[in-house]
Amino acid sequence: MADLAAPVLDVRGLKTVFHTRAGEVHAVNSVSFSLRPGEVLGVVGESGSGKSVTMMSLLGLLPSPPADVRGGQVLLGGRDLLKISPKELQSVRGAKVGFVFQDPMTSLNPVFSVGNQIMEPLRKHMGMTKAQAADRAVELLELVGIPDARRRLKSYPHQFSGGMRQRVMIAIALACDPDVLIADEPTTALDVTIQAQILELVKDLRQKLGMAIIWITHDLGVIAAIADRVMVMYGGQVAEHAPVKELFARPQHPYTRALLRTIPSISGERAARLQVIEGQPPILTAEPASCPFRARCIHSLDRCAQENPARHAVDGKPLGTGHDVACFWSPELMTEGEDA
Amino acid sequence: MLTYTLRRLLTAIPTLLLISLVIFLLVDLAPGSPLSEIPLTVPPEVREKMMKALGADQPVMVRYVLWLKQFFWVEPQYLIDGWFGTDFAQGAQRIISWQSKVPAFQIIGERLPQTLTVVGTAYLVGILIALPIGIYSAYRQYSWFDQAGTFFAMAGFSVPTFFTGNVLIMIFAVKLGWFPTIYDTQLRVTDWASFYKMIMQMALPVTVLALFNAAEISRYTRSSVLENLNQDYVRTARAKGMGERTVLLKHVLRNSLIPVVTVIALGMPTVFGGAIVTENIFKINGIGAALIGAIHVSDLPLIQTITFIFAVLIVLFNLIADILYGILDPRIRYD
Ligand SMILES: Nc1ncnc2c1ncn2[C@@H]1O[C@H](COP(=O)(O)OP(=O)(O)OP(=O)(O)O)[C@@H](O)[C@H]1O
Ligand code: SF4
Ligand SMILES: [Mg+2]
Repeated sequence: MADLAAPVLDVRGLKTVFHTRAGEVHAVNSVSFSLRPGEVLGVVGESGSGKSVTMMSLLGLLPSPPADVRGGQVLLGGRDLLKISPKELQSVRGAKVGFVFQDPMTSLNPVFSVGNQIMEPLRKHMGMTKAQAADRAVELLELVGIPDARRRLKSYPHQFSGGMRQRVMIAIALACDPDVLIADEPTTALDVTIQAQILELVKDLRQKLGMAIIWITHDLGVIAAIADRVMVMYGGQVAEHAPVKELFARPQHPYTRALLRTIPSISGERAARLQVIEGQPPILTAEPASCPFRARCIHSLDRCAQENPARHAVDGKPLGTGHDVACFWSPELMTEGEDA
Repeated sequence: MLTYTLRRLLTAIPTLLLISLVIFLLVDLAPGSPLSEIPLTVPPEVREKMMKALGADQPVMVRYVLWLKQFFWVEPQYLIDGWFGTDFAQGAQRIISWQSKVPAFQIIGERLPQTLTVVGTAYLVGILIALPIGIYSAYRQYSWFDQAGTFFAMAGFSVPTFFTGNVLIMIFAVKLGWFPTIYDTQLRVTDWASFYKMIMQMALPVTVLALFNAAEISRYTRSSVLENLNQDYVRTARAKGMGERTVLLKHVLRNSLIPVVTVIALGMPTVFGGAIVTENIFKINGIGAALIGAIHVSDLPLIQTITFIFAVLIVLFNLIADILYGILDPRIRYD
């Protein structure tokens, strides 16, 4: 169903480089993905794989310098966000795309009331009066499950718990009814029960509001719970991309397969962080000329050292719509009895 | 908030008492007598009478208590009497300058306006220069503007005011003759001509002091803004679609100003210290000049009184800084 609808967000060949003293760091390399209305795209990958940098590049949220979004297209509602003027970009941020960040403790401004911070985008993007914005802010706080909302408008962030602050952040992100909500590890800083609550809240809101969501996480359990499709990132590239059931059933990339091995099959204790795979993530001082996972790959072939594998479809569907992987190896190459 | 302020005021009292005691005793160690300027031909009985009249023959602790009483009880009454034409003081003994034999507060009352005009204007000008420079330097870190700002701040901060003062006098007053070399303390602003004259004579000393203040405050502002620019909430504000102006002048500035306002408030009394030097260079007959003059002739009551006023200002502005901090930062709670 969702497969046929035109994407709300279409990212093609995104490239982001950081200028550092030690030279360039190629944090994001030719990342492409798309998002259809009402869909949840899960993004996984270990620390430093470029998940946050990718998402912040979309909206020009990286400080520049050192960041330099060097290439690609970010199509939203027919416009390329990388080409439009700063003013136009501002009218997209918070209005068409809402952003929720990882750390609710520091993401709100400590010296302004919560109401003030929710009302800001409403007044700017929707042209509301103070009174209208206040009413809408109350609605939003109720929507994200904050009791006694009218009174809480005047509270300051330090008067809220971490979970409540993240709800406020979500309220801000949802304020202007965005088409896309980007949640960058929104629950990582919270304890497990609160995580579950926030997850339920977002699932619920998605039902109610029908926006598309990009959900970044380290936690494959969360992906299984919320995502329609999954994008696995490694070394600033998309390693594998597939509908969620397909990915769990038929993982193709050696990295994905290693990740999946790190979660126990019966959902008991989850591996919280994805660092259990041996070895270090690569430092990308140049555009990789070989497979970035090579040093840690148990299946690497001769060819892996000579070129960087491009994404290719596994199921014959066009790239970005079905199951695709960036790897020269495939599970069919496995000999009988090989353990992988 | 009110109770907090009251409590702070109350706790300031023992602090001030202790400071006053230390100041009084230290200054009292200096050699000095109300009669040092009196010709030796004056007969001993007359001298003794004079000593008695000034209370200078009493032991030091008695003189201290008397001075305290005069400072906190008698002088305020004279002040009120002076304002409203009342007669609370009823001719009670005031703190008398040994040198000129007039009340110390009368001297201070004459000198303070000169100091306040120069120091106050300089501080205000300094702040008005420093804030935009500090903010913009941080916003455009490492730009040529920031580099220039850093250079001038370092220069303004490390070159003492007596040097800049003299250099400015040499160039603009002596060589070019644009400004007067002498500050006319008798000048009263009554019309445009005298106003112009006032501006001209204030220009150099205000410039010297303002540059010095601006150097420090702009550095504080810059580092405070820099620190806040990297905070997560700034990214949130941008992600909400707020314009750069709102991000910088609302979100960042409001947070950055918290420590800056404290520094400004705390710096207020120290500027009087800086003014002592500046007043001497520009021959401004202000409170600093009065203090230096009093030290030269060992006029102990005047030294004690002026020094203690500085101490009171320091304690007062500390309190003001704390209160402002609480107003600006909602995380601070007073209870
Ligand atoms: N300011 C910066 N300067 C230089 N390099 C940077 C900067 N920010 C990010 N990078 C590089 O970009 C890479 C990707 O970082 P990113 O924050 O996107 O990782 P991530 O996948 O979000 O990790 P995490 O799960 O820890 O949030 C990092 O490895 C880092 O080397
Ligand atoms: S391309 Fe080669 S090195 Fe890279 S993941 Fe596949 S098999 Fe491993
Ligand atoms: Mg991240």
